[in-house]
Amino acid sequence: MATTAIPPQEETPSAPTTIFRRPASTEGFWGWVTTTDHKKIGIMYGYSAFFFFLLGGIEALLIRVQLAVPDNTFLSAAEYNAAFTMHATIMVFLFVMPMAAAFFNYLLPLMIGARDVAFPRMNAVSYWIFLFGAIFASSSFLFGTSGAPVGGYLPDGAEWASRLGSMPNGGWFGYAPNSLEAFSTGTAMDYWAVGLQVIGIASLISSINFIVTILNLRAKGMKLLRMPVFVWMTFVVAFLLLFSLPIIAVALFMVTFDRQFGTVFFDATGGGDPVLWQHLFWLFGHPEVYILVLPSMGLVSEVLPTFSRKPLFGYAAVVFAGAAIAFLGFGVWAHHMYASGISTVAQAAFGLATMTIAVPTGIKIFNWMGTMWGGKIRFKTPMLFAIGFVSLFVIGGLSGVTHSIVPSNWQQTDTYYIVGHFHYVLFGGAVFGLFAGLYYYFPMLTGKMYNERLGKLHFWLMFLGMNLTFGPMHWLGLQGMPRRTWVWFEEQGLAFWNAVVTVGAFVIAASALVFMINWMLSKRRGVDAGFDPWDARTLEWMLPLPVPEYNYAKLPTVTALDEFWHRKYTEDEDGRAVRRDDYDEIVAQLEHEGRNPEEEIELPSPSYFPFLVGFGIMFVAYGVVYLSAGFGIWLMLLGAVIALGSFVGWSVEPLEEHHGGHDGHAEAADHEEIEDADAEEVEA
Amino acid sequence: MLRGPRLKLILLGAIALVLSSCSLGVQDGVLDSFDAQGPIAADLAWLFWLVFWIAAAVFVLVQGGLAFTLFRFRSKNDDDGVEPKQTEGNPVLEVVWTVIPVVILAAIAVPTVERVFRYTECAPDSMNVDVIGHQWWFEYYYPDHDVWTANELVIPAGQEICLTMTSDDVIHNFWAPKLNGKRYLIPGEDTTLLLETYDLDEGAESEEFWVHCAEFCGLSHARMRARVIAVSDDGFDQWIAGQKEPSVAASGGLEGDGLQLFADKGCNACHLIRGVNDDSGGNEVLIGPELTHFASRNAFAGGTLELANAGDLAKWLSDPPTWKPGSFMPNLDLTETEIEALEAYLRSLK
Repeated sequence: MATTAIPPQEETPSAPTTIFRRPASTEGFWGWVTTTDHKKIGIMYGYSAFFFFLLGGIEALLIRVQLAVPDNTFLSAAEYNAAFTMHATIMVFLFVMPMAAAFFNYLLPLMIGARDVAFPRMNAVSYWIFLFGAIFASSSFLFGTSGAPVGGYLPDGAEWASRLGSMPNGGWFGYAPNSLEAFSTGTAMDYWAVGLQVIGIASLISSINFIVTILNLRAKGMKLLRMPVFVWMTFVVAFLLLFSLPIIAVALFMVTFDRQFGTVFFDATGGGDPVLWQHLFWLFGHPEVYILVLPSMGLVSEVLPTFSRKPLFGYAAVVFAGAAIAFLGFGVWAHHMYASGISTVAQAAFGLATMTIAVPTGIKIFNWMGTMWGGKIRFKTPMLFAIGFVSLFVIGGLSGVTHSIVPSNWQQTDTYYIVGHFHYVLFGGAVFGLFAGLYYYFPMLTGKMYNERLGKLHFWLMFLGMNLTFGPMHWLGLQGMPRRTWVWFEEQGLAFWNAVVTVGAFVIAASALVFMINWMLSKRRGVDAGFDPWDARTLEWMLPLPVPEYNYAKLPTVTALDEFWHRKYTEDEDGRAVRRDDYDEIVAQLEHEGRNPEEEIELPSPSYFPFLVGFGIMFVAYGVVYLSAGFGIWLMLLGAVIALGSFVGWSVEPLEEHHGGHDGHAEAADHEEIEDADAEEVEA
Repeated sequence: MLRGPRLKLILLGAIALVLSSCSLGVQDGVLDSFDAQGPIAADLAWLFWLVFWIAAAVFVLVQGGLAFTLFRFRSKNDDDGVEPKQTEGNPVLEVVWTVIPVVILAAIAVPTVERVFRYTECAPDSMNVDVIGHQWWFEYYYPDHDVWTANELVIPAGQEICLTMTSDDVIHNFWAPKLNGKRYLIPGEDTTLLLETYDLDEGAESEEFWVHCAEFCGLSHARMRARVIAVSDDGFDQWIAGQKEPSVAASGGLEGDGLQLFADKGCNACHLIRGVNDDSGGNEVLIGPELTHFASRNAFAGGTLELANAGDLAKWLSDPPTWKPGSFMPNLDLTETEIEALEAYLRSLK
């Protein structure tokens, strides 16, 4: 069983219940590696995702330097193609998804009043598979190879061999047959296909975990329609993942088989169908868009009410609109393929289906505005990012409607107009929402307050940079800038706006720098956040900050949506909120109770096995890439032994270790209260 | 933070940005889809602008409403203890902002669907040209005349042309933005695309429109362009007649050396010059563009270089993979004299 702040007792060796002795400590490096605590896993997800945000950002800057002037020679074609492929792959799969997973992990149990997720070790294994999958995919930088299509010639010269140019370079969408071995020679695209496969496993596992958690571990009284909107969006996203990931898994298996074993699923010369890949990819890929943006919609739905000091307007409408978006999201995939020669009727049908998505999206936007209407709006940094989200998402939504106009789409598709559009949705939407969440929950994470001035500077720089970067892309595209070209040429007449876009990209980079400085400084030297710093509305803010390992000392009972708010506030005859007379006592009592559990709390114990499973799977992945090289089979066997052995060890290891004396109990955590703790129980 | 004057400043800045974008943005680019030069592209642009202005109106209303809300309901005193009314929703409003978008969308759906049906299939009597995509150039075949050419698609102006397209390798995408939207070229499959230009201006012999491959098709995707050349009906007949001729015989001297090099350097293994290497199997077998009337075209190397530019052909011949990485034409290590001879011969192939 895990301990809280109490250092583990001296480690009397005890017989191992499984392959290894149970990890004893929840502190230090191994404490992180072996943790099954949803909060620590969430934090690891967050930092890993942010690391990849920086990598993807560097690639974006490389892209923009290359495109700043016509016929630039800063990057070679191979380097540029790898940069845009990996920029998208990283931002989608290694930044936004895991950053959303960070929030799911950290917040979900807190928001529903639980001590952890339903399957804590499965949760850990999700993270480790994700991380090792990400390391594997990124290691193409070190080990990958790429070249000319079979029969083609590369220019002479050493710069061609740069490592960047040896990363996957067939686009994040990997259209066949260009992604097949005849046209994407070398191992780069194997790294891409197998890497995404591995990362997909991680998301699939966590989706099941979250669904079970939400359905089973809600606090007493937390009916489904009392769940915070973020929990609802997590729930919806988990189903999206559950239904869409198997599709891309199958497609990636098919492309890997085509590349490794000579099947011809997507190879027209052997009777395969390249367009089938597009259908499979977008049947996953469009729900994926909502996988990326719904978590942020959830976060924004938490932030807006808190800083408007009003409940979310039209709670049920927002929830059902989210579910409707997810549902419709499965019926619009072919709008990525209007130029692919699908039938006339299909084009018309997918066009109409795409239009319908605007309706639930509009409902959300209007309800968010309704939330602010009549409120008392406090422009703290999280609120600015949430407002930024609403404002920018409107632009992305409107340009999205113009895509559903099929004949217009024939002009727009594969141009920078699309690039502009989806960055308004994914950067202005998803990323702004994630930053809103990062600032909003910073006090919960650290117990400290971030620096408000730097936060606002970050917002305004990012808002400006984002519009400078992605705004002009709209007219660049329609005035003749196709996507994914490593050079453009003078006669396109696009010099001015390409230069502006490049400047904008660096403004975004500067804003990210401000964020990092703020984060690091505030984490160390920030003002103490105190208890409930935002005068918030939802359950998770009833906890002392930073949140104790056991979350709730006593599991809460929920009587209303916005439970915490209703405990603090009542309403006068006009419906205005009025602080309860005993507000101070309520808050003080919550804080005291939160830090002083009355009884022993059993928490899932740490385990080595989730880490080892991920570690083993990484070797299997390498094995697949190097199968044809001969030694791949040995790597696969090694990885399989590690992974399967770990599964065996895991299955005989009990979730909560009952006591060999080497491990403490969750106990009164707070340093100042520690003497109050029942010493006998600690010894027991 | 967002106090009155500052808010106004931001709004003014935003308006200025949008206005300047409208004026600065129009730069007469060769791929500008707004600069429609045919009835189809003009109709697509019309539909785009219709939806654009509706979207712009929604944009102004929503962003204006948002800005007003933020300004009107900003907290003037965080600590006065006066809290807002805890409104939880309004069913009537929910219905209103569900129905209004539905009505707007239904309205724009009508012209959308109508045009989808109008522009996806060719009229049976329209002239057909086959387009074959290659890494990284477009090849054309005129089935009615048995004529092969590359890069420059010559069509009669003012009539509907039906392109039947496929690909020899990966997926490409034919985009002549001033004439129509895009359509993929897919290996193992035929797709169709309509092209139609306006009639030629009085006295003009031809008009040129740029094409760019718009689907990522591997290393040199950026260097896959083409041209559409619209000519008069008479001009088209003359052009066809000229293309059907075998190649002009080399006149000795430099041109003769060039012809010799065409065989010696193995160019004839990939390129057809009718009258020179007719025994090579023809365009169905050879992987390079037919060169019989190479000099009747201006754009070459995937439409990225021009005969009209003095140094372009020598640059291409001296090192194709540097200009087009992955190119199937190798660097043949030609000497300057060899390049000169080949250029002289190629330029003679009118």
